[in-house]
Amino acid sequence: MKLVVNGAERSFDVPPLKRLLDVLREDLGLTGTKEGCGEGECGACSVLVDGELLNSCLVPVCQVDGATVLTVEGVASQGELTPLQKCFLECGGAQCGICTPGMIVAAHRFLSTGKPATDENVRDAIAGNLCRCTGYAKIVEAIQLAATQAPAAAAAEGARR
Amino acid sequence: MIPVTSVRSLSEAYALLKDRPPGLRVLAGGTDFMVAVNARLGLDRIGHVLDIWRLQELRGISLRDGTLRIGALTTYAELMRSPEVLTHLPALAAVSREVGAWAIQNRGTLGGNVCNASPAGDTLPHLLAAEARFVVGGPRGERAVAAAQFFVGYRKTALGADELLQRIDIPIMPGARLVYRKVGTRKAQSVSRTIVAVRATREGGMLRDVRIGAGCVAPVPLRCRRAEAAVEEGGDVRAALEQDIRPVDDVRATAVYRSRVTGNVLLRLLESL
Repeated sequence: MKLVVNGAERSFDVPPLKRLLDVLREDLGLTGTKEGCGEGECGACSVLVDGELLNSCLVPVCQVDGATVLTVEGVASQGELTPLQKCFLECGGAQCGICTPGMIVAAHRFLSTGKPATDENVRDAIAGNLCRCTGYAKIVEAIQLAATQAPAAAAAEGARR
Repeated sequence: MIPVTSVRSLSEAYALLKDRPPGLRVLAGGTDFMVAVNARLGLDRIGHVLDIWRLQELRGISLRDGTLRIGALTTYAELMRSPEVLTHLPALAAVSREVGAWAIQNRGTLGGNVCNASPAGDTLPHLLAAEARFVVGGPRGERAVAAAQFFVGYRKTALGADELLQRIDIPIMPGARLVYRKVGTRKAQSVSRTIVAVRATREGGMLRDVRIGAGCVAPVPLRCRRAEAAVEEGGDVRAALEQDIRPVDDVRATAVYRSRVTGNVLLRLLESL
């Protein structure tokens, strides 16, 4: 089987029902993506597959053979954090850090839609990502700050939602 | 290791279904199936997995002869964006927005909701109230099953061992409206405590063609026929509804709560029509 992960083609030989999450972490060494609940409730394992947000714990790898995957490791480019990641740092959008990779990926997807970063829209976009530390206020703030800084990047991927 | 057959056409799927491999499970978006796999629940009962995710023939939404035809593999996200659904059955787009959050909406399918047949399936009261027909097919041919006849027991459906759900047909009734309310613990990512959908047409002060579907109040998603009759005949709707439903106590709510709230929600929905 094959995936294009964070821009690089990777191939591997695993059972068809192995979770995308486990392939990323165990076979490809990308441990940024976390497992929280294993039930699609918490969003810690969020990744983009062909541009769409998915819970990688609910995706058997046989269903994504050949797909393009973006994990948290692939969000920054050439070692430079994106405005979104810098805003998480600046606003204190991370505490224990377990939800952060999923939050960053979900927020990255949200920004790519170009939707206005109202409280309601931002909270809807990260409704599937649970955080037990921050109370969400600083995460929402970080995403809204990033939206004011990165309208160009946002428009690039186009709005599908 | 459980054998998996990933098919790309109905004929490939039928070739496998014809042999009826023991313990066959159909895998669509995986949002329920994979939860069970991850929890190692019932794995010993799965003999073979038929993965239909890339079966393009089961995708797409169209309007034909006054009927909305929705492919079984249509995701919630696709329902939320579909111009046909937004125009002719906006309540189905709205409830899709209340299923999980983005990541689930991108993967969960309408056909999966139907075939999983959970009494808490969020779209099922809509499909019951809208008198949807489920078109199922297999090596022996196609047939249509009315939604009200499809759910035959707790998580059991009328689907044969060699049949696949292909699409959901919803007749569009001019002048009718469908309204619903889902009651959960919070706005997102919440399994319903009760959910009610009502379709009717208003003629003067009267409601006609009343169809009521309810979830989480019986072992199956339920058509509430006594309550429908009470609305049309001016009877005691709440008392009739209590005869329709058989709610239980569980981790999400008590039977008493479900009964009371379902009645309240139904009465408010009727007022809003």
